[in-house]
Amino acid sequence: MRCGAPGPRRIIASFPSADPCAGPGTVRDRALTPWRCKTFPLYARLVRYGFRKHATYVRGALAGAFTNSVFGILRAYTLIAVWQARPGLAGYDITDAITFCFVTQAFIGPMQLFGGGLTIPERIRSGDIALDLVRPASLQLWTLAEDVGRAAYLFLVRGIPPMLLGALLFGISVPTRPGQWAAFLTGFALAVIVSFGWRYLVALSVCWLLDDRGVTVLSMVLSTFFSGMMVPLHLFPGWFGDLVMVLPWAAMVQLPTDLYLGTAAVADTLAVQALWAAVLLGLGALGTRAIRHKVVIQGG
Amino acid sequence: MIELDRAGRSFKVKRSVVHAVQNLSFTVSAGEFVGYLGPNGAGKSTTIKMLCGILTPTSGTVRVAGLDPSRRRTTLARRIGVVFGQRTTLWWDLPLRDSFELIRHLYRIDRAAFAARLDELTGTLDLGAFLRTPVRQLSLGQRMRGDLAAALLHAPDVLVLDEPTIGLDVVSKASIRDFLLRVNAERGTTVLLTTHDLGDIERLCRRVMLIDHGRLAFDGTLDDLMATAPEQSSIEEVVTRLYTGSAS
Ligand SMILES: Nc1ncnc2c1ncn2[C@@H]1O[C@H](COP(=O)(O)OP(=O)(O)OP(=O)(O)O)[C@@H](O)[C@H]1O
Ligand SMILES: [Mg+2]
Repeated sequence: MRCGAPGPRRIIASFPSADPCAGPGTVRDRALTPWRCKTFPLYARLVRYGFRKHATYVRGALAGAFTNSVFGILRAYTLIAVWQARPGLAGYDITDAITFCFVTQAFIGPMQLFGGGLTIPERIRSGDIALDLVRPASLQLWTLAEDVGRAAYLFLVRGIPPMLLGALLFGISVPTRPGQWAAFLTGFALAVIVSFGWRYLVALSVCWLLDDRGVTVLSMVLSTFFSGMMVPLHLFPGWFGDLVMVLPWAAMVQLPTDLYLGTAAVADTLAVQALWAAVLLGLGALGTRAIRHKVVIQGG
Repeated sequence: MIELDRAGRSFKVKRSVVHAVQNLSFTVSAGEFVGYLGPNGAGKSTTIKMLCGILTPTSGTVRVAGLDPSRRRTTLARRIGVVFGQRTTLWWDLPLRDSFELIRHLYRIDRAAFAARLDELTGTLDLGAFLRTPVRQLSLGQRMRGDLAAALLHAPDVLVLDEPTIGLDVVSKASIRDFLLRVNAERGTTVLLTTHDLGDIERLCRRVMLIDHGRLAFDGTLDDLMATAPEQSSIEEVVTRLYTGSAS
């Protein structure tokens, strides 16, 4: 061990000596204040790290891609049967329906539709959240940045394979106009944020409910059924159909899929998504403040 | 640097209330190296959580570097370094070096200062061999040295350590002790150290505080502590007497 061996004065060189007088309001304190505008590099780095963190679990992601693709094929056959019996259902033709199937399969990974993707619940339970709360950064933004990295990675590894497979086996439609691509990609990004906002709230709920299994199952049901994962939401009739289209789960899957298909009014769709992103992030910010007081830091 | 005035913290458990810390008052001046002792469940970790602002005291006041930790948590974070021996602030799946890089951005340490400090910490804590290893592949002692470096990269004025030598072999322990002594002596960093290893206390601390059932039971120099028991007692015997209340 080299510790203690090298010349004893090396530490002094690069460390400012401790300054007991520098308190709040002194020059030193003020020099640190305008940190908000300079935090972008931190979060950009966190996005990259979120990406790389998930890239260390390649096999899990590939297994996910495989499952999503196989289930995509099964769903596609079901939808083909339905649309052959009832052409034009939900305003989709048969190619739209097949495209819908594979696009939504591709969303499972990045949107984390079966729940999870965040380490917060286990960190709250183990007490490690204490260390997250000591950091001079927002827990919510921090987690969001990592989650965006995760979504980007899973989009590549778990999103693209089912789409390619669908295109090869059944033929799916692809946006032709650049504007349609732009709308879809914006909608996709917003959907990732909405999905994060929802999962973050679910994750924080562990704080109040020591057992979070109930919430997790409920969240999974809501976000598979009301997102359009099961069947296109346009199938639902009347006021119920209108209602589910403006709920946050639609903003995760149905709305970006419609943007991909080019069947939605772009501005309205993006507005609904942006609104939900803002509302959920706002609630998340309140929740983060609440846990700061509420969270009982477990463990010695 | 650290001031507690009748600080207390209780937890509601079911219908009863646990007083983890009660009526605790002490002051630690800048540059001191203080050992914080107490039997299991005495309230040491709870005190430390109040010092870094994770827990709000339920009574009394706590001040660290002139700040109220629970209100000015983020400002304080730049002046305090914390290591919880059983936990890690490092990113599990990333190489050690990347965790440090994140800390650089988090505390907005400028590039040159960061490079110089990391160089020195790498030298003194002997991190060179595993800077590029993902944290989950590090041994406990390697990870602990990584955590120490992480807590010191932003050059805090106060360093608070909760069992930093837990589970380490004698060589790693010795190197961490040497390192802490130097940080304290050369930088003037105030250190508060919790440990169950009395060797740490003997080797490092001029002053010892002992708490039991959330109350301060002893506060004085190491010599004062030894003087509470008959001469020729070992530090283990002295502390055992205090823990079991047989000294009166
Ligand atoms: N989150 C909590 N909820 C309820 N009781 C708690 C909580 N945290 C600590 N306590 C109680 O407070 C007391 C002090 O705990 P603390 O962790 O501070 O002890 P400690 O001195 O660090 O002990 P050790 O040496 O075992 O680490 C214990 O009786 C413990 O049961
Ligand atoms: Mg403890």
